[in-house]
Amino acid sequence: MATASALDAKSLVLPDPLPLDSGQVLPNVRLAYETYGELAPDKSNAILIFHALSGDQHVASLHPITGKPGWWDRMVGPGKPIDTDRFHVICVNVIGGCMGSTGPASEGPGGRPWGMRFPVITIRDMVRAQVALLDALGIARLHAVIGGSMGGMLALSLAANFPGRTERVLAIATTARHSAQNIAFHEVGRQAVMADPNWREGDYYGAGKGPEKGLAVARMAAHITYLSEAGLTDKFGRRLQDRAAKSFGFDADFQIESYLRHQGIAFSDRFDANAYLYITRAMDYFDLAEEHGGRLADAFARSTARFCLVSFDTDWLYPTAESKHVVHALNAVAAPVSFVELSAPYGHDSFLLECPPLDRVIKGFLG
Amino acid sequence: MSRLRPDLAVIAANVAPGARVLDVGCGEGELMEVLQRERGCDARGMEIDPEAVERCVARGLSVVQGDADRDLTDYPDEAFDYAILSQTLQTAARPDAMLDDLLRIGRRAFVSFPNFAYWRMRFSLLTHGRMPVTRHLPVSWYETQNIHHVTVKDFRELLRAKGVTVEKCWFFSHEREIGGASANWRAEHAVFQLSR
Repeated sequence: MATASALDAKSLVLPDPLPLDSGQVLPNVRLAYETYGELAPDKSNAILIFHALSGDQHVASLHPITGKPGWWDRMVGPGKPIDTDRFHVICVNVIGGCMGSTGPASEGPGGRPWGMRFPVITIRDMVRAQVALLDALGIARLHAVIGGSMGGMLALSLAANFPGRTERVLAIATTARHSAQNIAFHEVGRQAVMADPNWREGDYYGAGKGPEKGLAVARMAAHITYLSEAGLTDKFGRRLQDRAAKSFGFDADFQIESYLRHQGIAFSDRFDANAYLYITRAMDYFDLAEEHGGRLADAFARSTARFCLVSFDTDWLYPTAESKHVVHALNAVAAPVSFVELSAPYGHDSFLLECPPLDRVIKGFLG
Repeated sequence: MSRLRPDLAVIAANVAPGARVLDVGCGEGELMEVLQRERGCDARGMEIDPEAVERCVARGLSVVQGDADRDLTDYPDEAFDYAILSQTLQTAARPDAMLDDLLRIGRRAFVSFPNFAYWRMRFSLLTHGRMPVTRHLPVSWYETQNIHHVTVKDFRELLRAKGVTVEKCWFFSHEREIGGASANWRAEHAVFQLSR
């Protein structure tokens, strides 16, 4: 069975302008996506995977910029828990993103990049765009939607807003609303980007240099939230980086400093700073209950899907209580729901890392 | 009917076909699977052990990891036709409150528990003067999860005090059903079908 490579990158321009939650309308929306595994003749075996904030459509194929394996390569592929010998897996770069889908770096009105003229989008807008893509592909009902972190928000949003479109919803390490703490961390990141003089109010395209330093700082701060304190201690402790003693300066003496700097630089090499602003904003605006009259249960009242929520005991970004909050709402409308808190040492990022019980839960839930 | 533990088999046989059922402390979902497959029920489960939940999900069952002492309050009133609590009552922090929750969530409830007044228990306590360790209660007093040992008589007294109706009851000894006569002596296990 063939697996797609990065070479056959796909994209599609939506036939209709996309209405947004802000009231604006986004014209000529391009969506870049990847598929893996063959679509059954009756189109019944499609699984839509939603990527997280810093992810993209290259879920199981080499990343065209970094050359690294896809972000969920360990989960998606022939014979893997999300088995592409059985399922047709689709992953779409979100609108507002920077890997080929329409976002702030795309050409906007007047032939110039949108920059900050790009409308503020929401998680529901991202979902609406992807549902329009499914329409264009002729896929009426998905076998499952799956997502971790922001991807989980998209999965829950699709279940709530397009209740007939999927049979299963698997939402991992996620939440139905961004908390004050979540928003706070994102705001630190956005301010780091905006404080970089090279940001130029978002109009840095073609200037040769963008706010890479600001974006790197944003990524460093965010990255801390993806890991657990114990995980950091275990991996780095107070160990020094390639030196026997402290330098009595501000070089990266500690391994953790060196690691974070590397993460920041690597991220700013592949990610657009404005896209980071827009996507974090969309996450901050996310409150599924608010969209449905203030009661989360009402968001799921029309859903016919089976749900599975997974949290990790060391995830302090979207802790178990957030998943349980969703489970409670699903119970209130008698939706079939499973929930498990898995034990893993890595914090929020556990869903991307080696965690055999997660493999078993996903494989089992997909049936 | 599949090979279920006798107390589970009697519950499975007495659940109305097609009913909505919550199995509290569902373990790896043996009863739920039978209820869904053979009785056409819409079965949901709650289980505290994440590995057991994982196995349930892998079997295609809808099971929520939760602590019955705390998380039953999350379920709305009369959400189920039946709420089932098998071999768990004696582990509850407040069995009386758990019973209230069961009969709030379910229109009916099944409760099964080991009978601490079973004659072998009494004999063991009388002759050895030590807390009995038996086939059904195999763990020493200091590490057992069974913190509220209960007898058939005690349970009936609690039901009476709460005004709960006993619709049916079954008693077991050595995995076989026995009659209700002198059940407090003779039964190792009891199963009650209850309603408000």
